[in-house]
Amino acid sequence: MASPAPDRSGLDELDRRIVLATQDGLPVVSRPYAAVAAQVGCTEEAVRERLTQMLESGRIRRIGAVPNHYAIGYTANGMSVWNIDDAVIDAVGERVGALDFVTHCYRRPRHLPDWPYNLFAMVHAASREAALARVDEIAMLLEREFRGACKGRDVLFSAGILKKTGLRIAG
Amino acid sequence: MSEPSMSGVAAPAASRRGVAATREPDAIDRKLINALQGDFPLTETPFADVAAAVGLDEAEVIARVQAMVRDRVLTRFGPMFQIERMGGAFCLAAMAVPEVAWGEVVEAVNGFPEVAHNYRREHSLNMWFVLATERPEGIADVAGRIEAATGLPVHLFPKEKEYFVEMKLEA
Repeated sequence: MASPAPDRSGLDELDRRIVLATQDGLPVVSRPYAAVAAQVGCTEEAVRERLTQMLESGRIRRIGAVPNHYAIGYTANGMSVWNIDDAVIDAVGERVGALDFVTHCYRRPRHLPDWPYNLFAMVHAASREAALARVDEIAMLLEREFRGACKGRDVLFSAGILKKTGLRIAG
Repeated sequence: MSEPSMSGVAAPAASRRGVAATREPDAIDRKLINALQGDFPLTETPFADVAAAVGLDEAEVIARVQAMVRDRVLTRFGPMFQIERMGGAFCLAAMAVPEVAWGEVVEAVNGFPEVAHNYRREHSLNMWFVLATERPEGIADVAGRIEAATGLPVHLFPKEKEYFVEMKLEA
C-alpha cells in the first residue's frame, strides 16, 4: 500500500465517513455514489476514487450483492471440521481449500478436550445428502493423499441464519 | 431439517428461522444476482451499466435489487469490507446454548453490534457467530461482555490461517 496510514486503520477522515455511510449497504438508486457523497459531504468523484483505492488496497473485498444462501437454493450449509496432524495442516488446508465446492477454508485453534478440530472447510450444497457426499469426498482425498493425517471429523449443519450484517464500526 | 423439538418453549418461529428470505428469486432475479456478485461498476450510473450488460433497463434493475434487499433474498448490497485490512479483527465464536434459553440468548447476542453473522448449528456448540471489532483487543472484550450478558461461556476460534475464501455463489 503506497498511501500513508493516518492511523492504525489506514483510513483518513473521509474514508472513515464513507465506510460509516456504506457499511449497511449502498443506496439502491440511479447514482448511488452521488447519494453517498451528499451524505458524507464530498464530491461524487471523491467517493468513487476512495472506493476504488479501498478495493485496490484490499480494504474492500468487492462491491455487490451478498445473496442469502437459502434463498438461492443452497439450503444445506455444512461446516466440516477436521482434526489434522499439525505437521501437515497447511498442506492439507491448501489442498482442501482448492476444491471447487469448498467456499471457505481456515485453520483455527483446537479447544481440547471438547473440540479437537483445527481445520474448518465450509461446504454449500442444495441438499444435506449432497453436502455429506462432498464431505466424504474430502475424507477420501485426505486418506489417499495424506494417509493417517486425519484423526477425526464432524459436520455441523446450519439450522438457520439468526443474523447477517456487514461489518459495523462505531460512528 | 431434523431440529430438536421446542415444545413448551416460547421461542417464536422468527427467532428460529432468523433472517429467512420471504420469497424465492425468479429467473431474472437469479441472473441479476449472478451479475451483481462480480465487480459492481464504480461509474456514475452503475445500475444502468449492469442493466445494459444483462439486457434490462436501469429502472427494472433498481426496482429488483430494492425488492430483493427488502425480501432478504439478498442479505446486503454494497461494499464488503475486509476489516483486518483496516486495523480491525474478525473472530469466529461458539456457545452451547440450552434450548430453554434459546430465544433470549439469540436476542442478547444479536443485540451486540459487534456480532456480524450468527448461525444456529446442530452440535452441542449450537450457536456460531462472527465477531467484528475495530481493534484486535476488542474481540476478547466483547466476548467477555457476551458472557456477562448471557451467563454462558464464549469459545473463540480465531483464524490462524486463511486457505481459501469464495466470494460468489451461483444463483
